[in-house]
Amino acid sequence: MAAEVRRSARNQRLVLAGLALAAVVGAGLLAIPALEDKATFFYAPSDLAANPPAPGARIRLGGLVKDGSVSRENDGLTLVFTVTDGARETRVRYTGLVPDLFREGQGVVATGRLGPDGGFAAEELLAKHDETYMPPEVAKSLGRAGGAGAAGAMHRTGSLSE
Amino acid sequence: MEPVRSASSWHDLANPHRFRRVAGQALPWLLAAALGFLAAGLGTGLFLAPADYLQGESVRIMYVHVPSAWLALGGYAGLAIAALAARIWRHPLADLAVRAVAPVGAAFAAVCLATGSLWGRPTWGTWWVWDGRLTSMLVLFLLYLGVIALIHAFEDRMRGAKAAGILAILGVVNLPVIKYSVEWWNTLHQPASIRLSGSSIHAEMLQPLLLSATGFALLFAAIVLMRMRALIAEQKRAMRQLRRAALAG
Repeated sequence: MAAEVRRSARNQRLVLAGLALAAVVGAGLLAIPALEDKATFFYAPSDLAANPPAPGARIRLGGLVKDGSVSRENDGLTLVFTVTDGARETRVRYTGLVPDLFREGQGVVATGRLGPDGGFAAEELLAKHDETYMPPEVAKSLGRAGGAGAAGAMHRTGSLSE
Repeated sequence: MEPVRSASSWHDLANPHRFRRVAGQALPWLLAAALGFLAAGLGTGLFLAPADYLQGESVRIMYVHVPSAWLALGGYAGLAIAALAARIWRHPLADLAVRAVAPVGAAFAAVCLATGSLWGRPTWGTWWVWDGRLTSMLVLFLLYLGVIALIHAFEDRMRGAKAAGILAILGVVNLPVIKYSVEWWNTLHQPASIRLSGSSIHAEMLQPLLLSATGFALLFAAIVLMRMRALIAEQKRAMRQLRRAALAG
């Protein structure tokens, strides 16, 4: 008798735990798509073209540094390059320290403001690398001389509104 | 009806004192294996494995960073399963496991965050950013701290165990968020290198990584067993003191 009572109490706890877990998972499934735009760390050039940010808004732009697009201005400090996501491109201008991994064909994330001419004035520059790791010899034989990699798949975000 | 006493060793382990004895016998082997794998993995990883074509020598942080990330996540899954078992079956060892795992998991999460920060500076150019992966990993560390705090927050230990267990179970939602953060959202952190479809880490680097991860996993298990043994001994002593006080009174 006592054992039966114990068993039914245990079953009740099992059902309650199951319901609680289902509720939590459900809440998560609802919340994550809603976070889509808020939780993105940067926008790709296509995002900026589809949904232009408010004038003067501070945003992050991410993508690959286009091959052959990097040049320095006469002051020797200002860097001008093109960020591409494969579909669209944005011209970026940046003065300051450059991360070691910055190079053509690699990923970057720049923080700054989009100008009226469509150029991006960056205040901060971060490098983004992909998930491939290999010795230099292997990279050389694959023709990836310290670059030419992707920065991982990128996502389209629906809106840039705050 | 009393259950028939089972002769299976699995059932015997449910008795905390027998568990303590068996764990004590297994511990030296577990520790020796952990140190062996760690020496092999970190030795080859830090000294013999090739540098990365892009990152150079700083890629060696991976041999500590990645195993500690895996174990912080795996440890949390174990913590939540133990908490669930403690809630549903009221198993005495399950509650002990929650208390034993929490600080160890928190330590591995802290190591993951610290080594990640040290790795981010020379590669990305920053110690920290609030992207999806880094933020959800910080949340995991805070969840561990929350569980530890709740365990000790109540005069009545049963209430503490209950509150900590509920937080541990709810926190499971964060595990898929960490795992898929790099796929759901644009992040500075790169996507996973090791997937079911294969690895994008070269074999000469993958091998030490897996050795090191095995070593850290065995170390994790050994520390948890040590803590469980200590907690059982502590309970035993507390019971003895109570009994002595009752007799004296």
